[in-house]
Amino acid sequence: MTAIRVGHLYPDYLNIYADRGNIAVLTQRAAWRGHELEVTALGMGDAIAVGEHDLYYVGGGQDREQLLVAEDLSRKAEALHAAVEGGTATLAVCGGYQLLGRGYRGFHGEDMPGIGLLPLETVAGERRMIGDVLIECELEPGEKRTLAGFENHAGRTHLDPGAEPLGRVLAGFGNDGESGFEGCRVGRVIGTYLHGPLLPRNAWLADWLLAQALAHRLGSDEAPELEPLSDELEGRAHEVSAARARSRGGRFDA
Amino acid sequence: MQACLDYARRMRARPPLALEIAAARGVAALSRRLGAGGGTTIPGKLLAELDRGAIDRLAARLPTGTAVVSATNGKTTTTAMAAEILRPGHRLAHNAAGANLVSGVASALLSAGDADLGLFEVDEGALPELVQRLRPVAVCLGNLFRDQLDRYGELELVAERWRDAMGSLPAEARLAYNADDPQLAAVGEGHASGIAFGLDDPRVARPSLQHAADSKYCVRCGTPYDYSAAYVGHLGDYRCPRGDHARPALDVAAREVSLQGLERAAFRLDTPEGSRRIELGLPGLYNVYNALAAATLARALGAELDEIAAGLGRFSAAFGRFERIAVGGKHILLLLIKNPAGANEAVRTLVDGGPPRAMVVALNDEIADGRDVSWIWDVDFEPLLPNLETLVASGGRAAELALRFRYGGLDEHAVEVEADLGDALDRGLELTPNGGELVVLPTYTAMLGLQRLLASRGLAKPYWERSG
Repeated sequence: MTAIRVGHLYPDYLNIYADRGNIAVLTQRAAWRGHELEVTALGMGDAIAVGEHDLYYVGGGQDREQLLVAEDLSRKAEALHAAVEGGTATLAVCGGYQLLGRGYRGFHGEDMPGIGLLPLETVAGERRMIGDVLIECELEPGEKRTLAGFENHAGRTHLDPGAEPLGRVLAGFGNDGESGFEGCRVGRVIGTYLHGPLLPRNAWLADWLLAQALAHRLGSDEAPELEPLSDELEGRAHEVSAARARSRGGRFDA
Repeated sequence: MQACLDYARRMRARPPLALEIAAARGVAALSRRLGAGGGTTIPGKLLAELDRGAIDRLAARLPTGTAVVSATNGKTTTTAMAAEILRPGHRLAHNAAGANLVSGVASALLSAGDADLGLFEVDEGALPELVQRLRPVAVCLGNLFRDQLDRYGELELVAERWRDAMGSLPAEARLAYNADDPQLAAVGEGHASGIAFGLDDPRVARPSLQHAADSKYCVRCGTPYDYSAAYVGHLGDYRCPRGDHARPALDVAAREVSLQGLERAAFRLDTPEGSRRIELGLPGLYNVYNALAAATLARALGAELDEIAAGLGRFSAAFGRFERIAVGGKHILLLLIKNPAGANEAVRTLVDGGPPRAMVVALNDEIADGRDVSWIWDVDFEPLLPNLETLVASGGRAAELALRFRYGGLDEHAVEVEADLGDALDRGLELTPNGGELVVLPTYTAMLGLQRLLASRGLAKPYWERSG
């Protein structure tokens, strides 16, 4: 029994797409393996102690709320960089994903700074990209897995040349509706537009994150194997969501 | 002399009915005869295609004018309550079946007959266009909650469009607004004929803001509001600690609220003209808000306090929102859920009335439900879990819903998945003892599906025969 320490960034501000569903999944799946998930809220003005968290979670917010946290986040940037270099895992969804990049350029100069943890930047687009989405990932060499979710974003996210996407788009828009890339991955840090929420219907990613967090907790480079769960409902929910993306995932009308 | 002038002006304002209007009317009858549904929006769709300006002309023919109601939650019920109050004194054109887009309002106008007053519930997204076309004499704004983000966009965006739309409202048009909603207060405060309504009874407040509370930051400076009372979602008595914004003084208020389980609610309606005790045959604090909104709107349209109290006392639930249906020796209790704030109130009402041991929840993801089902994770279902022995998850996204309860802490053996609505209903009834009541929480299209199912079993009338 090991306590996994999660730092949940701005839960009061960034919670628009049911982000607490992701936390609930991490909590239960840890508990079912005999680990306790200790979730600490890291809000406005809270200091981050490097090394004290095994996993960061950043959710999505409305434009206004994202702007409100952006400034505070920049004051946490140094500590977050250090923590991630020390092996803390991270999941950032939607608005949180944009904030981990270098920034967001709006239409009318309403720019939002990011903290540059991920090699990307985001530019406002005219039409929102809304719909079911399905991507294929290969987080571990040779292990191809799919993620199914829902996306709803105006920002077009462009990865730096050579940066690793989280996955390739099978159906839906992804980062920018053009590149065929979705999300971004640097080591144990993952950013994505997929909500829904993401983890209930993509249990394998929840387990991957838990394993990375445990590796940090245990000071190991190697992520431990987690005891498998039945995941029958999770599999059915994934299939329905994936089918939705295939039949009606976002695409721009010609 | 003045009367003659008014009459002449009105006659001039009544242009002859165009051919397309007559054609569209014919389609409604045809649609019903073909069994294609209620025909509640088809003629309006046709009219909206042929000539959108015809909507303006049809509305201008109503001698007393039109009134519109919009809100994320409760607009159908609020409008139906206002109709119940106003019906004795008016002949109403009313979109009672809940068709609340431009086409639905057009259909109601087409079948208005000799109505003198138009009373329409209006979709949040359609409000700006309809305000412009209908030129209403009164508008009622109930609340703004996060809802179907895939369809409406973010809350701020809807609020901004509403602000612009209300900015173009003539100064003499009455604007009844829920002052307990910071976003709506910011819209209503600026209007010359604004009427603030709200709840004033800390005894029925929640201990804290709910998880899914939306507009909790000051509309002026972004600082979190201090709430001295939070009633439903972010609705309450709020104040910016920096002094930049606070709930405006209430013109019309509900006080001394009494909630009586799953059956009834009552409150004292305070207005500048006096007070009345209001007895509602509907449960829940959200229905107190609906009644308060309807009372404020009806008062703005000239209804007397006694008419308001009598109308609200007569009222029984709007179609499908809250409904009891007898099935053999058992009952089905239908409560529509469609977004976190509304579903939280349904849960709260169920808990107050004695939480169910078996329950069917049906989650669909059609356009009318919202294709993004993430909202179910923002609903506080947890207070139901200690008593819940069996959850029957149903609808197109049944597995997702089952996961919501499973990860919320419900035992895996207590979760059953029956995607088919009929199977789910049968299983739920099987779990319900004789004389007992089965709670069913459907999303919008699942509710329509259940209505069709119950009608086909001879247990309830189809919706187009029941409204009005």
